[in-house]
Amino acid sequence: MTVRRTTLGGHTYEFPSLVELLAKATPARSGDVLAGCAAGSAAERVAAQTVLADLPLATFLDEQVVGYDEDDVTRLIVDTHDAAAFAPVASLTVGEFRDRLLAWAADGDEPAISALAPGLTPEMVAAVSKLMRNADLIAVGRRARVVTRLRSTLGLPGRLASRLQPNHPTDDPLGVTASVVDGLLQGSGDAVIGINPATDSPAQTVALLELLDAVITRYGIPTQSCVLAHVTTTLRALEQGAPVDLVFQSVAGTQEANRGFGVTLDLLAEARAGALELGRGTVGRNVTYFETGQGSALSAGAHLGVGGRPVDQQTLECRAYAVARHFEPLLVNTVVGFIGPEYLYDGKQVIRAGLEDHFCGKLLGLPMGVDVCYTNHAEVDADDTDTLTVLLAAAGCSFVIAVPGSDDVMLHYQSLSFSDVLTARQVLGLRPAPEFEEWLARMDLLDDDGRVRALAPDAPAAKALLAAAQP
Amino acid sequence: MTAVGNDPWAVLRAATRARVALGRAGDGLPTARELEFRLAHAAARDAVHMPFEPDVVRAALGDLDVLEVRSAAADRAEYLQRPDLGRRPAEGTSLPRTGDDLAVVLADGLSPRAVHEHGAGLATALLDLLDGWSVAPVVLAHQARVGLGDAIGAALGVRAVVVLIGERPGLSSADSLGAYLTWDPRPGRVDSERNCVSNVRPPHGLGYEQAARTIAALLAGARALGASGVALKDEGTALPPG
Repeated sequence: MTVRRTTLGGHTYEFPSLVELLAKATPARSGDVLAGCAAGSAAERVAAQTVLADLPLATFLDEQVVGYDEDDVTRLIVDTHDAAAFAPVASLTVGEFRDRLLAWAADGDEPAISALAPGLTPEMVAAVSKLMRNADLIAVGRRARVVTRLRSTLGLPGRLASRLQPNHPTDDPLGVTASVVDGLLQGSGDAVIGINPATDSPAQTVALLELLDAVITRYGIPTQSCVLAHVTTTLRALEQGAPVDLVFQSVAGTQEANRGFGVTLDLLAEARAGALELGRGTVGRNVTYFETGQGSALSAGAHLGVGGRPVDQQTLECRAYAVARHFEPLLVNTVVGFIGPEYLYDGKQVIRAGLEDHFCGKLLGLPMGVDVCYTNHAEVDADDTDTLTVLLAAAGCSFVIAVPGSDDVMLHYQSLSFSDVLTARQVLGLRPAPEFEEWLARMDLLDDDGRVRALAPDAPAAKALLAAAQP
Repeated sequence: MTAVGNDPWAVLRAATRARVALGRAGDGLPTARELEFRLAHAAARDAVHMPFEPDVVRAALGDLDVLEVRSAAADRAEYLQRPDLGRRPAEGTSLPRTGDDLAVVLADGLSPRAVHEHGAGLATALLDLLDGWSVAPVVLAHQARVGLGDAIGAALGVRAVVVLIGERPGLSSADSLGAYLTWDPRPGRVDSERNCVSNVRPPHGLGYEQAARTIAALLAGARALGASGVALKDEGTALPPG
């Protein structure tokens, strides 16, 4: 193990391992303090960033953060690395890589940035993000183009999609439908109509899948549905012939954390094959959906790397993206303020993490969205989520999550509202996914400027959709 | 308010507690809806940050003997960021070894308001049902997580501990109390070794008597089994929903 050191202001700082160097270079957040790996002072953080900036990018191919032999996520990263895609940046240090990305971004060179993805490892991307300010994360993130398709096309320039999340405390069909209708009337749901089920039973999952499929079919909506049950439950639903558009699973950045989620790479591959076989796409074949979030490995006690040292939560988050990208997802989102203040304490930390996760996911080739959210015991409020939403929309975020009135009455946290999505689109001149936008126009839900109109309840579009929610 | 028959949007509102059919002002929320949301969030925030006032609870407990402990979390900000410290007693904490059957801990948790409003009510309802149990003085715990009960129970030398603790406030429930039962409490116990009764907040949630009966039944089951947690649930003790 190489000890790396630098002297700044007459003080010598030593970093005995790559794990510690990455952790101490990470912008401050409560989860790294809880894990005991955060920088001890602001100066030590900059010292770590200084050392990191001079580190050759290729170091990450030879020196692992989590051991190859004991972790299948590491093996996936190393074994699937594409040396040809890496070649354009292979000779750079982490600091030079940052400079190169910023230059490409300023030139609008999307192909140069986007082509790197298979050549980049999560640790490289995490490392460069630690040297970036929020503005850097936005400027480069919006030039990393990732387009995915199933029944709508996501990630195109000038578009911001949303997941309509119609959760209900008891999965009541009418209650779920009411939230679906409310969202559709406000132009939400182009990324997916995705329910977190209240229980993980196969019967309930099948019932919800059939309910959503019926609404989508009845109105001819060019979008996909998802019931965010455990992958094993979705496998059961597939066996029963349920209309599964997307296979969902929460994933994390270590084998141990994924085991805590009850998933293996083989299980994910099997479920994806099942959904592909159904062939439910109309414009593409991306059939998986993953959720991640900084702190998930730590909360499972599965955050240790080489030498038993705690790995910082942002590097672990990037490693989760390596799992996701292996399965060619339609959608990936980080849930950025859900897990609690012991991981991301306040608005500043949540905003930073949201921008990091979007940037890192996109650079690794993922169709990255964000659940911009908060719990009531975090130092975060709707002003903070407004700020992050507009920044993410500027950064070219593929999609955000929206619930009725920001209030998820099943999961008991606050995400964005449907109107928040409309505001972000309006402020930045963004539009829904093209197929969905055409559907909105066909339903007479758009005004002459292409904006979602405020409907009187007796308008034909409103009457048509309200009919779905009649008892 | 408009009757269901006159307002087509009422179809949506009648179907779910979710905040549907709020209307819009431009692309934003109408002022009244925005202020409703802010009030709900403010109530939840205030419940989290309200200082724990042990005298309020002492007065409501009447002449019961009371002890007080603090966790190792120095203040609210540290408590929120360091759950590990909230599970450990403060340096220098000492409790008398009573060797009783049971200790009841009233802990501020994430909603001191819940303990102020429901802590004494639930504790006295529970103690009234526990004939045949010797009970240590009630412990009031500051900046406490559920796991602090393990250290308290071990120090008191009791066979079981019940922690009544303020739950994380939701937008529509800032005063919800949870009860966590742990048999043979000692530091290192994990959540699967506990049984939980949550959402105690009359009149909207579970009432004191109903919750107390459930906890008492769980205690009897734990004593018979010599264990709490998943094993106890598997014996068929019904937990209320929520």
